[in-house]
Amino acid sequence: MAPKGATSSGGGDDASAARRNSDKPKYSRFTQQELPACKPILTPGLVITAFIFIGIIFVPIGLASLSASERVVEIVDRYDKDCIPENYSKNMVEFIQSNETDKSCSRTLTVPKLMKSPVYVYYQLDNFYQNHRRYVKSRSDKQLMSNTYAHETSTCAPEDTTANGLPIVPCGLVAWSLFNDTYGFSVNNKVLEVNKKNIAWKSDQDHKFGSDVFPKNFQSGGLIGGAKLDLSKPLSEQEDLIVWMRTAALPTFRKLYGKIEVDLEANQKITVLIQNNYNTYGFEGKKKLVLSTTSWIGGKNDFLGMAYLTIGGLCLFLALGFLATYVIKPRPLGDPSFLSWNKNPSGSFNLG
Amino acid sequence: MSGSLDSRSTMKRYVYINDDLSKDLYCDNHISNRKYNVLNFLPKNLWEQFRRFMNIYFLLIACLELWSLITPVSPATTWGPLILIFAVSATKEAWDDYNRYLLDKQANEKEVWVVKQGVKKLIQAQDIHVGDIVWLHENDEVPCDLVLLGTSDIQGVCYVETAALDGETDLKTRVIPSACAGIASEMLHKIKGVIECPNPDNDIRRFDANLRLFPPFTDNDLCPLTINNTMLQSCYLRNTGWACGAAVYTGNETKLGMSRGVPEPKLTAVDAMIDKLTQAIFLFQIVVVVVLGTAGNVWKEIEARKQWYVLYPNEGPWYELLVIPLRFELLCSIMIPISLKVSLDIVKSLYANFIDWDQEMYDHETSTPSHATNTAISEDLGQVDYILTDKTGTLTENKMIFRRCCINGIFYGNESGDALKDPLLINAVATNSPDVILFLMVMAICNTVIPTKSKNGSIIYKAQSQDEDALVRAAAHLHLAFVNKSGNILEINLNGAVLLYEILETLEFTYERKRMSVVVKNCQTGKIILLSKGADEAILPLACSGQQIGAFVEAVEQYSQLGLRTLCLAWRELKEDEYQEWSSLFKEAKTTLVDRERRLAEVCQRLENNLEILGITAIEDRLQDGVPETIETLRKAGINFWMLTGDKQNTAMQIAVLCHFISPEPKGQLLLINGQTEDEVSSSLKKALLTMRITTSEPKDVAFVVDGWALEIVLNNYREAFTELAILSRTAICCRVTPSQKAQLVKLLKSLDYRILAIGDGGNDVKMIQQADIGVGISGREGLQAARAADYSIGKFRFLKRLILVHGRYSYNRTAFLSQYSFYKSLLICFIQIFFSFISGISGTSLFNSVSLMAYNVFYTSFPVLVSVLDKDLSERTVMQHPEIFSYCQAGRLLNPITFAGWFGRSLFHALVVFLITIHAYAYEKSEMEELSMVALSGCIWLQAFVVTMETNSFTVPQHLAIWGNLAAFYVINFIFSALPTSEMYMIMFQLCRQPSYWIAIFMTVAVGIGPVLALKYFRCTYRPTAIDILQQAEHMGRRILSLGNVNPHPRSLDEEVAPLAITQPKNCSPVYEPLLSDSPTATSRSICNNSI
Repeated sequence: MAPKGATSSGGGDDASAARRNSDKPKYSRFTQQELPACKPILTPGLVITAFIFIGIIFVPIGLASLSASERVVEIVDRYDKDCIPENYSKNMVEFIQSNETDKSCSRTLTVPKLMKSPVYVYYQLDNFYQNHRRYVKSRSDKQLMSNTYAHETSTCAPEDTTANGLPIVPCGLVAWSLFNDTYGFSVNNKVLEVNKKNIAWKSDQDHKFGSDVFPKNFQSGGLIGGAKLDLSKPLSEQEDLIVWMRTAALPTFRKLYGKIEVDLEANQKITVLIQNNYNTYGFEGKKKLVLSTTSWIGGKNDFLGMAYLTIGGLCLFLALGFLATYVIKPRPLGDPSFLSWNKNPSGSFNLG
Repeated sequence: MSGSLDSRSTMKRYVYINDDLSKDLYCDNHISNRKYNVLNFLPKNLWEQFRRFMNIYFLLIACLELWSLITPVSPATTWGPLILIFAVSATKEAWDDYNRYLLDKQANEKEVWVVKQGVKKLIQAQDIHVGDIVWLHENDEVPCDLVLLGTSDIQGVCYVETAALDGETDLKTRVIPSACAGIASEMLHKIKGVIECPNPDNDIRRFDANLRLFPPFTDNDLCPLTINNTMLQSCYLRNTGWACGAAVYTGNETKLGMSRGVPEPKLTAVDAMIDKLTQAIFLFQIVVVVVLGTAGNVWKEIEARKQWYVLYPNEGPWYELLVIPLRFELLCSIMIPISLKVSLDIVKSLYANFIDWDQEMYDHETSTPSHATNTAISEDLGQVDYILTDKTGTLTENKMIFRRCCINGIFYGNESGDALKDPLLINAVATNSPDVILFLMVMAICNTVIPTKSKNGSIIYKAQSQDEDALVRAAAHLHLAFVNKSGNILEINLNGAVLLYEILETLEFTYERKRMSVVVKNCQTGKIILLSKGADEAILPLACSGQQIGAFVEAVEQYSQLGLRTLCLAWRELKEDEYQEWSSLFKEAKTTLVDRERRLAEVCQRLENNLEILGITAIEDRLQDGVPETIETLRKAGINFWMLTGDKQNTAMQIAVLCHFISPEPKGQLLLINGQTEDEVSSSLKKALLTMRITTSEPKDVAFVVDGWALEIVLNNYREAFTELAILSRTAICCRVTPSQKAQLVKLLKSLDYRILAIGDGGNDVKMIQQADIGVGISGREGLQAARAADYSIGKFRFLKRLILVHGRYSYNRTAFLSQYSFYKSLLICFIQIFFSFISGISGTSLFNSVSLMAYNVFYTSFPVLVSVLDKDLSERTVMQHPEIFSYCQAGRLLNPITFAGWFGRSLFHALVVFLITIHAYAYEKSEMEELSMVALSGCIWLQAFVVTMETNSFTVPQHLAIWGNLAAFYVINFIFSALPTSEMYMIMFQLCRQPSYWIAIFMTVAVGIGPVLALKYFRCTYRPTAIDILQQAEHMGRRILSLGNVNPHPRSLDEEVAPLAITQPKNCSPVYEPLLSDSPTATSRSICNNSI
């Protein structure tokens, strides 16, 4: 210790040393970055096992999904073109917009396999952009919920108010463009009941669409969009509207129309009387009627099953490939002689 | 005098001592380092924050979102995080400012004795005004800049410690102006006068002023003042009962206050890279917006008009064409992660805390923990290219110890390494061997040391020079103690007997003379002798003609090899008349006004000849513990070392050899750049450059040595050649350099795009430390000035190894991951939005709802990545064993456009996976918007969890908790929202979780998203491993990790073959563009070079 150091701090040295000692960082595993850690690395064993494991899991799931999807019986019938009379085939838009034309149309469907009840009836629209920004935002959830918010139409433009300023309930493009084709089913001239109750989400009926909200000034303007609503029923009971207003994220979508609660036998002929009202002709859209049973995985959709089988197969293939390379061309892990600064460039650059 | 007359034109300030004439003219002594006050805090802070481009950008986005026509989601998604970010930054600033306020307050309210208009009273330091006489007692801190007027010493001398100002810990002598000499202390209360001084500046070595005292004190003459007549703010009064002075500069106008500029905020290389990447993403975003906006407008014209249900009006407002592009701009604004800045701030402060908390960087000797003052630049530590280091006090302990000596050809201390314990020497002293006694006498009294008695009776030496201190104490240890100095009489205790000597003259040390002498008279015998000590080259030529000096030359040589500082001691007996004759000449020279120093040197020369050489002392300035190892490790890590020292060339070179900085011949070669004239310097520079160019191909340790004088010429006239030399040379020694030259060198290297770390301990290193990308100060024994100015302060040089290799490297790795991951997650969700726009009529619909978008950045994705600051790719031990691995982060191989492209590609791939699987699994009757969006979001969150898992090298409990807990939290948060009837997603999550198809889709997303990444990573780790992978594997196998020496018994021969690789690209500064999957030779050429040295 230099003498001047001793004088400069004088008697305070001990005290300051004691104080300074408290500066010593406290030990804890966290502060010293010494938390116990597990450091897995990608050893061949681990990786090959993982891929085999994934493969073994995925193939059965794929098979199960695929068989579930296969068991679903589905009838899809596109009717938009066929329901146009010959003489209007050049002028489909005019036909659909006219009030004079007869829109009814009869289709016959054959049940390919036994369809256990309940059989779901969907309508499918193609090339219909329910997710268009202008469309999807044009609604007022507040207004739908409660009578007190009838004037909350600011988000509904351009279908917010009537020409004389009265609020439209339900307002907005979504409600305005409600799908309005109807289907009547019969087998052997016997009417097949379609249950249109409980097709909407229970939660929507209870909380999103108020039981005190009744349609007002709806479809009363010059331009009629889609279906009209029963003015005596509150919105919470207008299930078609509720279903429609669950907007679809894809331009091709199906919406539930109703349920047939009897089994349909194989090779039964079902006659469907369609009121072809909805205009999909202006934008080359398609309309399809879909009858489908269901399974644990949902409707008929082979995608998941096929994808699982593919992925599972690929994983097994990769695992085998890795195993083969591992056996043929073993490579010692963590060999320091592979370190670039330990490598001998004149000799063995291409070790292994 | 002439100088002060010339500069009179620039003088502006007249200080009336003991008078309040100037009171209102100049500020009081209120110190303020605050940036804000209560009133201006909000506007000023906001203004500062808005100077950042990103903040303006986000504000603009937030404002655009207020326009409901174009906003895809609720404006809260941007406003919320933006306000949070601003609040966090503002709070931090406010807290820092409050702490500065507290420090200022402490200094301002300190009580000092001040004479105001003749009355002495105790006032607060902040109430001192210019002209007041401040009275200080021993160990008081000087509150403002003072001109000394009186001291307790009869000679008018006082001692100050200037450590806080310039970091030099030796005591400085300050004297009162000649005009004040002899004024009694009571009279000082009444003293009146005027000081004419320049306006405040920051030059702590210069004070050109005049003093004129008013009658009755003096004859009204101008008395010149220099820095030696001042006491500057923040110095301490030592060894002096009291001192008083007139305040000339106060408050923030003091020399210290003026030099306390706000340092430029430092931007790390990583930050710069992140900024660059942000700009690239910004450009990409603009391209996307323009393309999609145009496509959207086209689609609108062609298709949307046909979609009757959209009800597009035929005539739109004037801005209609802008609507869709703006919508996309808002949709894509999430591409730039708003949370990145906050995340980085959080992890950076954590890195700094890890440094503060590190027990292994705690200096037990001085009880100082390491401290990160600048919390923002830890990543730069991981990218250091050059370390510029000071020598004394940084590499060495600045603790001089007398180790060996050679007296009259006999070497003492060679066996034990400590002459004080050498029985031969002890014996020689005991037997009063005349040579030895004389030698010790020179050690004891040929100096300017002042002995004082401490309270307990032991003698304490006050020395300006550490060497003198060591010599005096060594002599005392050998029973020749310098006991007392009263006036000119020296009292010496030799083996119990008291000897008295009278100092007749002191021939002071100058850098030119390189020696000092004293002329003393033995009070008993009346004999007059001359005692000299100095550098060997300054003393040995003066030996009397008969003396053999071979043994001394050999001794100097031998001691130098050991890195000891040598001094040569000599003496001569003077005849009375010879002395008298010379004395008159000397007195005359001392009073010369013109060219005084040269005249004095000439006169001294007349006396200092025909000396009898007594011997050589060897003083050790011990290297700090672990310095050679630290330097060796860091050089292996690919870091170049330059030593910048104010010390002389020989010592610098000795130390350099000692700490493995350079190797002795023939392995190493030193290229000297020196010379007196410009031509000499230029030719030696050319020669050095030529040699350097040739020897880069040889595995030789070539370093250049340059001194301050040559450096000045080189930097002014041959900058380009020197730059080339600097690039070629991995090692350099610059001696006798001034602080500003140090800073200039830092600037030069910085301009070559290297990351510079400057480390030093004293005030002369402050400039360099502030100039460098990273400044490190050694705290503890020396003054704290360097440590205060530095970004990091550590207790010992050896902690640098850990600071760089452990903290720097981890910080870099972690930030590299965190920043790229932040972009990845933002891009992922943005790409999904973009893909979705293709199936929603390019109309700018957001797939995700407002809640999800806001929570995505703030909650769902931020915690796992924040906890990744605990990640360690390699253990600290492995890194220390293989410092070469440092070149990975040094070269920026973990964060550069290529790695970023990888993350970009990954986010694109993952977005495609999530999007395609979602729209196919949830097609037809399941294609409900809210459900589909939650499926996609869940897919993203799951992928995030697995990506973090994949990229994590070590899992600790907090990391597991964060990764999997975050996933669980995602569901909890969404269940909560699903339970609120008013929320858009009421019941959605409950419904989804009941569907098997949801889980099947999610697992598939994970498998498809992670499988290929895993396969690629495995393949790379096994067949194209990087050095990091190999070391990880080696660590995992628990195999003893072999270092180079163990692998190859003859590393040298191997290196010689490796070395030529370095020829083509001796400094590969941008291995960024190297293929990252392999270690190409060029990418690691630096590390190969390392081994060859």
